[in-house]
Amino acid sequence: MTTRKGNIVLFVLNNAPLILFAAVFGGFATLSPKFLAVENLVNILIQSASIGIVATGMTFVLLTAGIDLSVGSIMFLSAAAAGKLIAGGQPISLAFAVAIAIGVGYGAINAFFITRLKILPFIVTLSTQFAGRGLSLLITQTRAMNLPRLVEVGSSKILGMPAPVWLFGAVVVFAHVVLMKTAFGRHIYAIGNDAEGAKKAGINTTRVVFLVYVVSGLCAAMGGLVYLSRLGLVSPKLGLQREFAAIAAAVLGGTSLFGGRGKVLPGTFLGAALIQTVESGLVFIKASEYVYPLVTSFVIFFAVFVDSLRHVKLQQLKRRRIRVAATG
Amino acid sequence: MSDTILECRNVTKSFFGVPVLRNVSLTLKAGRVLGIVGENGAGKSTLMNILGGVLRADSGSIRLGGRNHAPQNPAEAFRDGIAFIHQELNLFTNLSVAENMFIAAFPKTRIVRLPLIRRREIREKTRALLASVDLHVSAESLVEDLSPGERQMVEIAKALGAEARIIILDEPTTSLSSRETQRLFSILQRLRGQGISMIYISHNLGDVLRLCDDILILRDGRVVGEGPKEEFTLERMISLMVGRSMDQLYPSRSARPSGEIVLEVKSLSEPGILENIAFQLYKGEILGISGLMGSGRTELARILFGLDAFERGEILLNGEPLKRCSPHKRIHRGMAFLTEDRRVEGLLMNASVEDNIALVSLPSFARALPGLVNRPEMLRAAGRAAKAVRLQCSSLSRQTAKTLSGGNQQKVVLAKWLLEKPSVFVLDEPTRGIDVGAKFEVYRIMDELAAEGAGILFISSEIEELMGMCDRILVMAYGEIRGCMARTQFDKEKIFRDALMENLLP
Repeated sequence: MTTRKGNIVLFVLNNAPLILFAAVFGGFATLSPKFLAVENLVNILIQSASIGIVATGMTFVLLTAGIDLSVGSIMFLSAAAAGKLIAGGQPISLAFAVAIAIGVGYGAINAFFITRLKILPFIVTLSTQFAGRGLSLLITQTRAMNLPRLVEVGSSKILGMPAPVWLFGAVVVFAHVVLMKTAFGRHIYAIGNDAEGAKKAGINTTRVVFLVYVVSGLCAAMGGLVYLSRLGLVSPKLGLQREFAAIAAAVLGGTSLFGGRGKVLPGTFLGAALIQTVESGLVFIKASEYVYPLVTSFVIFFAVFVDSLRHVKLQQLKRRRIRVAATG
Repeated sequence: MSDTILECRNVTKSFFGVPVLRNVSLTLKAGRVLGIVGENGAGKSTLMNILGGVLRADSGSIRLGGRNHAPQNPAEAFRDGIAFIHQELNLFTNLSVAENMFIAAFPKTRIVRLPLIRRREIREKTRALLASVDLHVSAESLVEDLSPGERQMVEIAKALGAEARIIILDEPTTSLSSRETQRLFSILQRLRGQGISMIYISHNLGDVLRLCDDILILRDGRVVGEGPKEEFTLERMISLMVGRSMDQLYPSRSARPSGEIVLEVKSLSEPGILENIAFQLYKGEILGISGLMGSGRTELARILFGLDAFERGEILLNGEPLKRCSPHKRIHRGMAFLTEDRRVEGLLMNASVEDNIALVSLPSFARALPGLVNRPEMLRAAGRAAKAVRLQCSSLSRQTAKTLSGGNQQKVVLAKWLLEKPSVFVLDEPTRGIDVGAKFEVYRIMDELAAEGAGILFISSEIEELMGMCDRILVMAYGEIRGCMARTQFDKEKIFRDALMENLLP
């Protein structure tokens, strides 16, 4: 069916994240040899933990060919609530539990609009993005909160590795197992491949899609807490536009915006690390601060471009053949 | 083994008031293969969709193994033991073979409260099932890496895994090579030996005679022939399938085509889709394109209109070559296109009738600066076009396209092109799903357009209407033009033969 050349092109497109990662990493390493120092690498991991966790939830959503634009606001709302509780003298564990519950509830609200009221995910999550940010600003009265006590949690180490890295690792591995090894995970892929066919095959697609947005809300809340405990600060800008970084990390990692294709491991994990690598790398080579968004957006654009190329290529390969005899 | 496993009695079904199945009865016995044949639109798919739980019958009864069978959805029919293998296979290409087999009900084991799929179990079960259909691929391989023939086998293995008692196969060989077809047949014969019943739908009458034990022939939603295959020959099947008398009314053609070419196609090819298509369409001519579903008719129309690309050849519209894929440019140069599926592609369902009519010609009502649409003039033109096609609707401005009948919807689509005064019309199944009266009006509009000098390419599955309306008919099969005949030579059986016989060639 497929030609050899077509296969090579597909192989490159399918493995674009690894190739891109290697290129960026190699590039910075040659520009500044210190870039490869263990300390710097661990730093990249710590810094990518927050967005990596959010991107993991986003991957679930993207796999069903949906989108969640509200994750930045979920990060903010859950961090703001946690911050408020901690500032008010409540134990950190209670604050964190409340924050997680907020993430799950937020995701459930998105899911309700999308699956029950059948409103497009793009519109639903765009609206709840604004609503969530507005609510958070109301809670914080748009003032920044300083919570130095939290930084201790954020920088605590377990077996020599910082806690955020452990959490990042645990989330990614758990998500990978769920996606690859459970019926829920495989149903997510089936829905992304053919939503109508999934329904016909007897899959409860409403339930699966509902849960996917809950997972995204949960991950966004965790990402918000990781961010909060790393900086010990709730600023009005917390999580602002982070949905783009999360989507970019997932797509950079090879998750398709068209659904049904992509993995958390190594995909999204690498994607999040790649975005952070680009930012850290720019700091390392002392690039102008104003260049950051340009470079990052170029990398994101490139990843989405590759995804779209791959989609077109796959469509071509899938096109119905009329002349069977001629093509074998 | 001759116990009845499935019995349909007087099954009737209509779509939008148009009957597609009228009192159809059939009997399927255990361990036998029933072949169902009929022209496109004879009701085969509708009948199977009812059995498979995709559609519900309006009336009539279906008994499966002595119990009433009225599945509400495909999953329910599947649980009842009916596996429906569609022409477009129902597999998830991004999942593995094993996962596809068990997608509806994965066997699970709980590890630390996490319900994991029993990978080894599904792998081993799948391996056994694949072996039973002689398919030697890994249970772990992704479906997208399999050939169409292998995917078909996966579907069959899946049906076996669900312990299906009846397997429905809808045109299973259209995307298979002849070797794959051979293999499919030997597997099906083996399954029959194991007592599994099958319903086999195909246009390939040779295959049907070769494989099936019983044959049922549908025409216009009625059973017109039924019995063991020994009672049938190829000739008899064809004449039963097409044997309707030509008493349907067609308007007489009011003008003859002129010698001026409006559309010329030269050795048009697109690998895997079309091969060496060449024809000329004259001013005032209605040129029919016949062929079975999947013969490349729609693909040809899409390429002509610039919706898909082509690799080699030339398309000349009024003498000027068309190269790039651009419907916009073609509209500008005088081509109009009515899609096969007007509901999805040809109409804005929630827009008003007049807005739909004005859609294509919007730019020409916005010529004067500053490029704003001259709405009153546009509406007057839309009203004139609506009158020209004798559109029946309560209000041009308030009624939405959705609320019109099929025939009137089609008239809206025609009216919208009339405003642009095209010189070439490409009409893909313009009378599908509309009632006889509306059909006649569509024919009449076609005749008027041709009389005014337009060239019309008329694609249809109904041979009668082509014979009733066209000056010439081209027959397509497997992406090629297999025959061409002028009005005086029209012969229904010959057209049918040209469209079918390709299958019998090596």
